[in-house]
Amino acid sequence: MTEVGKARKRKEDRRLLTGHTQWTDNLRQPGMLHVMFLRSPMAHARITRVDVSAARDLPGVVAAFGGQDFAAEQGSLPCAWPVSEDIVIPDHPPMAVSEVRYVGEAVACVVATDHYLAADALEAIEVDYEPLPAVLDMNEALAPDSPKVHEAGNQAYTVKITSGDVEAAFRDAPVVIDRTYIQQRLIPSAMEPRAVLAGTDGDSFTLWSSTQIPHVLRVMLAVVTGIPEHKIRVIAPDVGGGFGSKLQVTAEEVLCLLLTKRLGKPVKWTESRSEGNLTVHHGRDQIQHLRLAAEADGRIRGLQVELLADMGAYLMLVTPGIPMLGASMFNAIYKMDAYEFGCTGVFTTKMPTDAYRGAGRPEATYGIERVMDELAAELRLDPLEVRRRNWIKHDEFPYTTISGLTYDSGNYEAATDKAMALFGYDKLRAEQADRRDRGDPVQLGIGVSTFTEMCGLAPSRMLGAANYGAGGWEHGSVRMLPTGKVEVITGTSPHGQGHATAWSQITADALGVPFEDITVLHGDTAIAHKGMDTYGSRSLTVGGIAVLKACDKVKDKARKLASHLLECAPDDLEFAEGVFKVKGTDSQKTIQELAYAAFTAHDLPEGVEAGLDSDATFDPENYSFPHGTHLCAVEVDTETGMAKIRSYVAVDDVGAVVNPLIVEGQIHGGIAQGVAQALYEEAVYDSEGNLLTTTMADYLLPTAMDLPDFVTDRTETPATSNPLGAKGVGEAGTIASTPAVVNAIVDALRPRGIHDIQMPCTPERIWRALR
Amino acid sequence: MIPAQFDYVRAGSLGEAVQELAADEDAKVLAGGQSLLPLLRLRLAYPSKLVDVGRLPELTGVHDRGDHVFIGAMATHDEVLRSGVVNADCPLVAQATATVADPAVRHRGTFGGSLAHCDPAGDLPAVVLALEGVFVARSAEGEREIPAAEFFVDYLESALGPGEVLVGVRLPKLGAGWGYHYEKFHRTAQSWATVGVAAAVKRSNGAIEEARIGLTNMGPTPVRARVVETALRGMQMGDDVRRACEEAAAGTSPPSDLHAQPDYRRHLARVLTHRAILHAAGSP
Ligand SMILES: Cc1cc2nc3c(=O)[nH]c(=O)nc-3n(C[C@H](O)[C@H](O)[C@H](O)COP(=O)(O)OP(=O)(O)OC[C@H]3O[C@@H](n4cnc5c(N)ncnc54)[C@H](O)[C@@H]3O)c2cc1C
Repeated sequence: MTEVGKARKRKEDRRLLTGHTQWTDNLRQPGMLHVMFLRSPMAHARITRVDVSAARDLPGVVAAFGGQDFAAEQGSLPCAWPVSEDIVIPDHPPMAVSEVRYVGEAVACVVATDHYLAADALEAIEVDYEPLPAVLDMNEALAPDSPKVHEAGNQAYTVKITSGDVEAAFRDAPVVIDRTYIQQRLIPSAMEPRAVLAGTDGDSFTLWSSTQIPHVLRVMLAVVTGIPEHKIRVIAPDVGGGFGSKLQVTAEEVLCLLLTKRLGKPVKWTESRSEGNLTVHHGRDQIQHLRLAAEADGRIRGLQVELLADMGAYLMLVTPGIPMLGASMFNAIYKMDAYEFGCTGVFTTKMPTDAYRGAGRPEATYGIERVMDELAAELRLDPLEVRRRNWIKHDEFPYTTISGLTYDSGNYEAATDKAMALFGYDKLRAEQADRRDRGDPVQLGIGVSTFTEMCGLAPSRMLGAANYGAGGWEHGSVRMLPTGKVEVITGTSPHGQGHATAWSQITADALGVPFEDITVLHGDTAIAHKGMDTYGSRSLTVGGIAVLKACDKVKDKARKLASHLLECAPDDLEFAEGVFKVKGTDSQKTIQELAYAAFTAHDLPEGVEAGLDSDATFDPENYSFPHGTHLCAVEVDTETGMAKIRSYVAVDDVGAVVNPLIVEGQIHGGIAQGVAQALYEEAVYDSEGNLLTTTMADYLLPTAMDLPDFVTDRTETPATSNPLGAKGVGEAGTIASTPAVVNAIVDALRPRGIHDIQMPCTPERIWRALR
Repeated sequence: MIPAQFDYVRAGSLGEAVQELAADEDAKVLAGGQSLLPLLRLRLAYPSKLVDVGRLPELTGVHDRGDHVFIGAMATHDEVLRSGVVNADCPLVAQATATVADPAVRHRGTFGGSLAHCDPAGDLPAVVLALEGVFVARSAEGEREIPAAEFFVDYLESALGPGEVLVGVRLPKLGAGWGYHYEKFHRTAQSWATVGVAAAVKRSNGAIEEARIGLTNMGPTPVRARVVETALRGMQMGDDVRRACEEAAAGTSPPSDLHAQPDYRRHLARVLTHRAILHAAGSP
């Protein structure tokens, strides 16, 4: 009855596919009101007047407020990751009071009996602005004479980390590659837009939100609003994707809570897609300067990284920490003697940035994997050969990298060999040569990405050392019910990942109960009372292990009970398939019988409490380090500049696998999202700070029709840092694929003297490069 | 997003529809709603009333009328795609329609709505222009015909008056010897044309006897690539054709937007026109 490893279809899908879901926007409460926010049309301005009186008089309007009306109680939206000593964390009022700093910032709101009336009433609000200069370009923002986003200036923080003798590494280096890459700003596009519903019984408050982090949110809401924590319950009902964008404490969550408190009625808000494009936190947005010193044979001597990271107008929950998640990742799978990482966080008058699938690691992986290709080109080596000469060999693990992380396991050779075979690497190289010789207008490029990442956030000790405001443990709880069925409670908060299925598989094996007999509960702080939620590919490697530990505790208790009832020593019992059996006899108890015995409590051993249940937390000792080799073949039409992916092979090593189907799904979606950064997505602001990409006609997302059939496979090198041997998989595809695609495009164009195309690699950009 | 308030009537007859429109100059015709509703939702349009013409028999269906095909304004893109007569006699329409959006949009969006909307990035205007269709419109004053060359007036502006309903379009059957191709360049499968080229080519004795070329998104309205059409007349297939297509962007004023700058659009028009002509002439 081995469940772990089985490609089970997800138990949540039937409900999801047949519409039996509870999205926040579907929830109704008696007397529920609807709020809509008026948003700043200016990137930067002083607010000189807000007049909501005309809106108040309109039909159906219950209340209308400007920022001044919240000034005394709204607090400041939290930033939980002050990454440096010199960090400036500006006040961040949920509703702007005296100054707006990005287009879309809330300046007023209307609460009405339905959202149509609220939308109409917004047009009756008058706001006077005194324009201030927009600050849009990071380099200009840092100039001494730049207009300021905040009084303290435009520099949010600086960080410098050095390891080894960087100067020596570059001195007389036979090869130095010096490149600047732009990580364009992205807009996370979860299928379900954000929505919030706040309600109160006059004493305590419940907040339903389309969030990834009900537990963190509850703590933060208490801190920001002053409502005592025990009077707040947060529920994440069905949540339709997040990709990091719902790892946030948002202005709308705080304001809905305050409105409910003020009006005594439930208040709901649901964003439109355009409102979301403006105000969901954005991702990426870095200028990366990389310098790599190498020997003539391609071996790396040292790497220097200098980042400018656009924070946007404010520091949100983990805004400043995002580039820092890449700080130990630029060195990737490669050995080197010296490494330097510098980062300057910059304020601009744009929507704040924060976590977006991969968070810091895609940026780092892109930088190093692009530069490795440049090194290969410089030395006229195959890009895989250059990597092979530098990567950590499989017999060198555990390996402590130049940036100080200890990679517990990995086998880059195995993943690469497998990927090359599936891809038909040599054959494609031959075709590429042939097309070059023939001067074919359609050129072929081959892109390589041999990535790793650090995930499974995170060892609390390491988070503390990085000055992060919370721990990285996770909680799990297992309850055997009187009838022998099982409830698993998890502190992770799934929003599409399939935890209900995977946690059931883990529990079924651990307790020897049928998969169908298990229910997984999550996402409600009154039910799952402890947790650190879902992000950073942490759920399985931290939360899944907490569940496993809770199962072990239940088993220990069941063993005690069995030995008592069967009148034997605990060690005389063997446990298999849910049955405790006295060795060498027919005498036995099933775990279901023991659950019932624990429930009736008629005959418990001395010191054993009623009920067969347990709580456990797990705090990992290390990150997990999934890795893999992604290979991408791109055809570039040199007449139009159109780049089209012809084939894509991904061989990922995510350690031991609980459910291959779920892993496959994560890899597919992840690759699509990474390809999207390479080819399609870009948030564009105009010279006045207006966001131009407010609809999906302008902010392009690929669909299945634009993507090839991915060929995926795996190698399995178990992680040693957790008992399952699992590594995270949620972000791997996104981290790996972006450089694979861009490397392929550049590889196709290299004979034309091209060594970079800025992302997204639009046909127009490629065409201009070719001219 | 939520539109501002408006009234809604479903017209029971074409007569009633034109009455409603004549009575209120801020009223608008509602067809499939695939272009109009987004405008309302983004509060870029504030019509007082929507007159739904969805159930008017005069506007529905695709009809074989001997020497021409009549496509009712309310025929959906999907109906047009499945129509035998369209595929047999106006395959260019079917080819272009197949590139419009996705199946969901094609089941709601209409042939007439696409044309009346006059979006320069829409795929069908250039096709109807190249095929020299004739628009049939009805108002309280009666019916009139508008040749394609006069229908597309400006960006999102047709020759239809405020009180006029588009009934349908007559597309002449061009007959034997013609080949067709719609070449659409767009960044994702579901996105609008950056540039599109609708080509109809008649060959005789190997040479091009006549070519008609409509360009999508090369200006505020669809345009004919007249210079190329003239140059191609009587030309043998070969390098000359490529050279002739170098003039595809002559006289155009392509827009600048997030997807392309004008010089790139001009370049695309040249490349795509050549490809469209080769395909239409049967020798890609
Ligand atoms: C996601 C998406 C993608 C799309 N992609 C494409 C694409 O790639 N290519 C493309 O060509 N189109 C595309 N479209 C537009 C689609 O083709 C629409 O169907 C079309 O533009 C409008 O047709 P409709 O029937 O929906 O008209 P409506 O939206 O109902 O009306 C559009 C306008 O035409 C007027 N109108 C409609 N019918 C009449 C009539 N009989 N008489 C007078 N006036 C009338 C209306 O008053 C309105 O001003 C896309 C639409 C969407 C939503």
